[in-house]
Amino acid sequence: MSDSIKMTYTVSDTDFTRAGEASSDVKKRLRQMGCDPEVIRKVAIAMYEGEINMVIHANGGEIEVEITPEDITMVLKDKGPGIPDIEKAMQAGYSTAPENVRALGFGAGMGLPNMKKYSDEMNIETTVGVGTTVTMKVHQ
Amino acid sequence: MTIKEVQEALGARFVSGEQWADREVHMACGSDMMSDVLAFVKDRAVLLTGLCNPQVIRTAEMMDVVAIVFVRSKKPDEQMIELAEEREIPLICTGHRMFSACGILYEKGLRGGADYERLH
Repeated sequence: MSDSIKMTYTVSDTDFTRAGEASSDVKKRLRQMGCDPEVIRKVAIAMYEGEINMVIHANGGEIEVEITPEDITMVLKDKGPGIPDIEKAMQAGYSTAPENVRALGFGAGMGLPNMKKYSDEMNIETTVGVGTTVTMKVHQ
Repeated sequence: MTIKEVQEALGARFVSGEQWADREVHMACGSDMMSDVLAFVKDRAVLLTGLCNPQVIRTAEMMDVVAIVFVRSKKPDEQMIELAEEREIPLICTGHRMFSACGILYEKGLRGGADYERLH
């Protein structure tokens, strides 16, 4: 018997109003499973910021979530422009988001720093012009 | 403090979710930048904001915010109300501007919760 649950979500390309639906669903499921509220919150925030990033920068993409008794792994894949300078992108306050995104309450340069802050492990694989895959793990 | 007491202190009105007005509020957060709201963990917080779009409701959901106060008479639309009701988050509308709304609630004893970083 496997104790692992896997889910896949498609993040819509530019429909900003729907961004967050996947994170919302994961949060609901973790709550139903009786996970620790602190773990749920970390997963929800980290994934939500990632989802927003995918809509802002990469025309959407796909998120795979795997839940095991040990941890929750989120893999966010996009075919966006890639990140030319990860070190810079990780700096709090550094943003390349367009002005219209700022008007929506995002693009303050806190996305990646927040994702790192709330996940226990984070790995970014990115190639300019090809896409980005962010893997985040939160321990149960 | 309860959500109802927040609404009364601000002379505000419930747009939706009045049935959850007796729930406890432990702290408050005022911001128009949702990423700033997401940067610090909160405990039963009320969110005050001048931003009015569905991502405000989603951000509140992720942070377990107990109620949202829209300042400067911002009016949430039907989609936002629906999202908030599903998540049991009352929406409150006040004519006060951000600074005044925060000041009034601070005077009533609500605090920001986070330890502030002293900058030298």
